[in-house]
Parts: sequence; structure tokens; C-alpha cells
Amino acid sequence: MAQSAIELKGIDKSFGAVRANRDIDLEIAPGTIHGIIGENGAGKSTLMSILYGFYQADRGEIFVNGRKIAIDSPNDAIAAGIGMVHQHFMLVHNFTVLENIILGAEGASLLNTGIARARSELQRLEQEYSLEVDPDAIIEQLPVGLQQRVEILKALYRGAEILILDEPTGVLTPAEADHLFRILRKLKDEGKTIVLITHKLREIMAVTDNVSVMRQGAMVATRKTAATTVEELAELMVGRRVLLRVEKGEARPGEVKLSVKNLSVRDSRGVLMVDDVSFDVRGGEIVGIAGVAGNGQSELIEAIAGTRRAETGTVLLDGAPIDVVGAADPGELRTRGLAHVPEDRHHVGLVLPFEENENSILGYHGMDFYLNGPFLNIEAIRSDARDKIEKYDIRPADCRLKTANFSGGNQQKIVLAREMEKDPGVLVVGQPTRGVDVGAIEFIHKQLIAMRDQGKAVLLISVELDEIRSLSDRILVMFDGRIVGERGPDATEGELGLLMAGVEAQEAAE
Amino acid sequence: MSAPYAKLPAWADFGLIPLINLIVAFLVAGLVVLLVGESPIEAAGLLLKGAFGSGSGIGYTLYYATSFIFTGLAVAVAFHCGLFNIGGEGQAYVGGLGVALVCLTFDGLLPWWLNFLLAIAGCAAIGAIWAMIPGWLQAKRGSHIVITTIMFNFIAASLMVYLLVGALKPPGSMAPQTRTFLPDAHLPKLNWLIEMFGFSVRSTPLNLSFILALVMAVVVWALIWRTKLGYEIRTMGFSPKAARYAGIKEARIIVITMAISGALAGMMALNPVMGDQHRLQLDFVTGAGFVGIAVALMGRSHPAGIVPAAILFGMLYQGGAEISFVMPHISRDMIVIIQGLVILFAGALEHMFRPAVQAAFASLSPRAVGIDAEAKGEGA
Repeated sequence: MAQSAIELKGIDKSFGAVRANRDIDLEIAPGTIHGIIGENGAGKSTLMSILYGFYQADRGEIFVNGRKIAIDSPNDAIAAGIGMVHQHFMLVHNFTVLENIILGAEGASLLNTGIARARSELQRLEQEYSLEVDPDAIIEQLPVGLQQRVEILKALYRGAEILILDEPTGVLTPAEADHLFRILRKLKDEGKTIVLITHKLREIMAVTDNVSVMRQGAMVATRKTAATTVEELAELMVGRRVLLRVEKGEARPGEVKLSVKNLSVRDSRGVLMVDDVSFDVRGGEIVGIAGVAGNGQSELIEAIAGTRRAETGTVLLDGAPIDVVGAADPGELRTRGLAHVPEDRHHVGLVLPFEENENSILGYHGMDFYLNGPFLNIEAIRSDARDKIEKYDIRPADCRLKTANFSGGNQQKIVLAREMEKDPGVLVVGQPTRGVDVGAIEFIHKQLIAMRDQGKAVLLISVELDEIRSLSDRILVMFDGRIVGERGPDATEGELGLLMAGVEAQEAAE
Repeated sequence: MSAPYAKLPAWADFGLIPLINLIVAFLVAGLVVLLVGESPIEAAGLLLKGAFGSGSGIGYTLYYATSFIFTGLAVAVAFHCGLFNIGGEGQAYVGGLGVALVCLTFDGLLPWWLNFLLAIAGCAAIGAIWAMIPGWLQAKRGSHIVITTIMFNFIAASLMVYLLVGALKPPGSMAPQTRTFLPDAHLPKLNWLIEMFGFSVRSTPLNLSFILALVMAVVVWALIWRTKLGYEIRTMGFSPKAARYAGIKEARIIVITMAISGALAGMMALNPVMGDQHRLQLDFVTGAGFVGIAVALMGRSHPAGIVPAAILFGMLYQGGAEISFVMPHISRDMIVIIQGLVILFAGALEHMFRPAVQAAFASLSPRAVGIDAEAKGEGA
């Protein structure tokens, strides 16, 4: 049998009381693409961080090409031929591609010699792996897919034989993701070993040779990809059978609850992010807005929910205007029945150092129910929080616990419970299941469908195309600040993908 | 992540860690004392004896502590809103103007307790206005509050010199101070409080404003943790984005918080002006505004921590004077060094020993340390 490119034996890592990795064994064959899947918090990233030297394992051994090595820092990992492409790119935005690639490997105190050598080396790499990038382009002017390519080149430039990619497709369109997979296969053909971390089952099936499944810090199974199915992997990930499809009945759209007309929004840099957008959301329907992150969806829902000023346009809530251009007040909008689950629950939807019960009133803290004159009614707040904890199965069931100590899925349930329990007419939801484990995703989706079935209007944005497709009754596709098409829930992924990439934008706009 | 450290039990968080910091500060201070050729143990003895060994010692310690409680609370309230109010010094200084104007106007007319109430209102109002202007500039114009409050300290100092050599100075007097207030505008002394500890005392600067300071500590606690306004202040302090999302008006909260902070700093003036010196003098604040920053840091912005921290600094002030009196090699400046070390270890290096303490706790009882599992799991 060929020697393993990477072999991990008995890796154990605890953070305080939490065992993020328990006694993990893993073998990765050279020249293969090996997938590692698991829910958020299953310990995938921790394991890879150990391999790349960010963390040190409490116990266990690491062998690279059959040789036992100690990896105490990323430098050790690079020396051992391991490269990593992070989920969030580690690039200097106002540097050129070339400058980014030699960053940390400049070679000499004068830059030109290093740059000249890097340029020729880069040309060789580009040709060998067909990874074309203009070496003199400025990073921030490149699309995300190309930035990722620069990250891959960076690792290769440092002599990586083993490449770890952490959730590489989160920021890509379906087409860009396909392109990435072609690059990965090419790298594999050239003899590189690739470790792909993801929670998307489809990617595993599409590109890997072998797949290992992690659950709650343990490695629960390794399979040949060809010999397994999506259903089996999902079950292994969660530990029980999962409904991958959302079950829902026909939508019964009623009155228009939310009406957006000619809305334009600029971001803080003054760039026009939402460009003359109009649409309606009726009671009893879920309208999903699909799009690659950064095409204006975030600014759109922020403007509707009153947390960002719009430049022009009108928004009607139950027929009455919201002053989106002037002084829309999220607090007042809540009393008018517009609830908002923000995209960024860590910094916007929750105050992480607060106790759970304090977060369960955020935005609703001015309601008489929670107050005694100017004082907070602590008893009412806590008993209300306990009710929500029970109803939404928030764990641990302790309303005095600091919110930071809840898992991502439970934090999201805290937000949803707060926004849904006040019986809003319109619910604006951003990325409802980002960083949420599969079990909680199922629950959250059911809640959103239940809201729809009660006749509420739900506006959903998500970068997970599957989520948009399975929840929405109508899908609007946003590209470059404009709505470039509307499709029904049965639209194919390819069709939506093309719209999201701006192809056919002209025809679709007609 | 906003919770970079594991959770410790409250007693360790608020008791053990400050205590360790304090011990290290005193050890280093001891080395300094050793360097100048005096005995650190003897110096420590003098410090304690000077601060707590006599009735008048206790009186002075608590008198200084009174000022520090006010300024410490002022800094803490602003901290909770994410604002760093460096201007306590200036706010207290102009607060003195509020006290003096009330006392000079009404000291022959009204009973002391009515003068007291009016003086509280006066110094709180002027201190509040003095802090509101930088707050307004921060909220509306984005001028950084640290810079503007420092500048307002200088403006306050110049303004007070102008008034004390001009309008407020009695004609013919050579000293830059107001006339002495009549006895109706003197605060009662708290001799009885010291006598409760079994000491006899003839004269002490400790006065009724000490009680007021303790009351304000409770008021601040209730404000921050039990009112809607406090909830909004804390939300704003932890996450301005979450505050905007919750419909909290940023500008309004910043201005109100600074007003409260400035009012508390302004009330510090009651203690020296109405309680002890009975006139408004040049530079009566003598750094209490800045000590308030250290007190708030050391007290973790919680009134229950601020009161003991203020007493500790009062002890350093009073006991330090005793040391420099007995030990000729140790000058007043040495005391400043010791205070600086306490500030350094208790304030600036607050987190230095925390990881070690947490590791110790984690190894002793893993269950006691609830670590954010999810954040660690997907952290990298």
C-alpha cells in the first residue's frame, strides 16, 4: 500500500471543558481529493488548524509522508509541504497579486530580486496548473473567484504538496465553484493531495475520492465517495435520519403586505449597491432573494428594516409608507409589525456578552410588558425568556447564561424566537441558517413555513441556493444591485446560477 | 469573538484577579522602595498605619475615597456606553463652580440641607453640560471623545483661573479663591462614623458627601442594570450595530450617557469645596478626575468594585503622605510611582494574569469553566 500523504493518530484537543477533537485517526492517500464533512462545531476546522499549526493537539501524532513531525506553527506546516486556503482570504487588498504571493517569503531585503524570481515562478505555476491570474492586478479589483485562485497560488508558491481548503465555495457562484473543482482535479492529476473541508454534501459527491465524516469532535466514518450516497453521509453527520427536503403545502398569497418601489441604496463607501429595485411581498408567501454575496441583498434588507438609509425610493408596510430615505426607526417598525432577523447575528442581532434573557428583549425592550416605569421588569423578562426557551427548544435551557456560550444554532433560535413571538405581519430574514447545524436548520425552516402558513409575508435572503429554492414560493435573483429575474420554486439550479452570475441579465430584465 | 476568554466564577473574576494584580503591583513597588535603600516592609507598615491607624488617618483616607468614588462612577458609566471619558478632571473642576455659586448666593439665607440639595443640583448640572458638549460633538460630528474631553480639561482650567482671579475673588484679596462660605453652607462632618470604629477624632475632612457617594454607587448600579436607559447604554457599549438594529438612537444615548457621567464627576466638587475647604480654590480637584479612570478600571466598572478601589486609592494617598513624612528618601514622587504601578497592573495589564488563572481553573474543575464550544469549534 502506498504511503499516506497525511496520517493522524489519536489527535485530541480540548478547549476547557469542550473536547473539540476526540481521539481522531485519519489517513489521506497521496494524489487524492479527500473531503471532510461535518456540521458546524463538529471539529473540522479545529482538526485542520492543528494540522496547519494554529493549535497544538493535546495528544496524538502527525505523520507527513510517513515521517512523524511536530507542527508548532504554520511555518512548520509550510516547511512540511502543507498549504492552506482559508475560508476568509488572507490577502492584502491594496497589494498586487504578485506582492501578495511573496508576502512573508520575500527572500531578500530588497524587493526587486524577490519579485523577479516570483514572477517567473508564478508563470511556471500558472502554466502547469492552468491558474491564470494577472500578476500585476490589484487584489480588491479582482472577483472573489480569482482572489481564491491567488490564495491557491500562494500555497503552491511555497511548495505545498498538500493543500487544505476550508469551505472554499461559500463565496462563489455555482459556476465559479465548478471552475474551482476543475482546478482541484487538475492539481490532483499533477500529484498534489487535496483536503476539502465543507458542509455541502453535493460538493463532496462532485469532486472527492474519499470522504471522512466528523460528528461532535469524533471521526465517525470514512467512505469511498463512489460507494456512498448523500443520504448516508447526512445521516452520519447528524446521527439520525434527516429530512433534506422541506415539506410545505401550496402557498396561498393574500394582500400585499410589503411593497418596495424604485429603491436605491448606497453603502458606506458611496457605491450604489441597490439600484432601482421594486417588488411586492404578499401575506402567506415566502419571497426569496438569491444572489452571490455582495450583490446588494444585504443593503436591500437593511434599508427595508430601517438600519440603513436608502437614497431614493419608497417602501410601503401594509400600505403605509416607511421613511426609508429619512428617519426610518427600527424600533417604530417593530411596533408596526415588521420583524427583522439580521444576517449578522453576532454583531447585530445579538449582544453576545449579554445574558440570554437580555437578548430576548433586544429591540422590544421599550414595550410596557417588560418595563415598570423606567425600570426593567426583571421578573417578566426572565419568565418570558424561559417560555421562549421552552417553545423553541433553546439549549442549554438557562436564561441567565451569557449568549456567547450558546452554539450558533441556539443563538439563531434566540433571535428567531424574539422576532417571531411578537406576531409580526412581515418578517425580513437574512441568512437564517448560516453557521447553524443541520438539526436546527430543519427546525428553523419549519418555523419559517409556519409563519407563511399563518398568512405572514416573509422576505428571505440567503447565499445558500438550496435554501432559497426549498423555502421560497417566488425567487428573485439579484445581480449587481438589480433584480435580474423572477422564477418559481421549480427553477433549476443552473438557470438561477446563470442569473446570479449576471449572464442573461439583459434578457431577464426585459 | 467578543468573548475571548473563558468564563470564570464571579468571585475569581471580580475578586481573585484584581487581588493578584494588586499583590504584584505592591511587590514591584516594594522593589522600588528597596532600590532607594528603605525597607519595603517598614514602608508597607507605615502605609497601613498612616491610612487606618488613627481616627484622622481613616478620616483622610475616606475623604479622598469619596472624591474617587464620584469620579470612578463617572468614568464607569461612560465605559458602559463604550465611551472613554478622560474629562472627569475638568468636569469636576467646573462642578466646583456650581457648588460655589449656590453657596455664595444662599449661605446666609437657607438651612444647610437646602443648600446641600441646591449645590448637588448645581454641580451636577454644570458637570453634565461640560461633558455633554464633547458627547454631542462625538455623536453628531464624530470628534473623538478622548481628544475632546482632554481639551475640555484645559478649557475648564483656564476658565476657572479667569473666574477665580476675577469675578469670584473678593475685592482686595490676593488669593485666587472665593470668600469662605458661611456655616450654613458647610456640610456636616462624619466624626461619628470614625468613632464607630473605636477611634477618637477631633477634626476630619470626612463629610456627608461620603454618604452621598455611597448612595450614588447604588443609584449607578440600578441605572446600569435595572433600567431601560441602562439597558440601552450597555447595548450601545457592547455593539453599536446591535443598538441601531434595536432602534436605540445612538446620538441621544451618547449625549445622555455623557451628561450622567459629567454630573457624577461634577458632584465630586461637593466633597472638597462644601465639605472641607468651604471655599472654591484654584486646582482643588488635584488629579481626582484622573484617579477615577484607574478606580473604574480596577473596579471593573461595577459600583461594588469601584467603592473598594476608591478606598484603596484613598489609602495610597493618605498612607503615602505618611511614608514620605517618616522616610526622607521616599518623596512624594515615590508615592506617585506606587500609584502608577497599581494603575498599571490593575488597569492597563488587567488581562496579564487572566489566562494563567483560567488555565488553573480549567485544570482544577473543567466543569466550572463554560467555554464557548461553538466559537472554538468553527473559530479557525
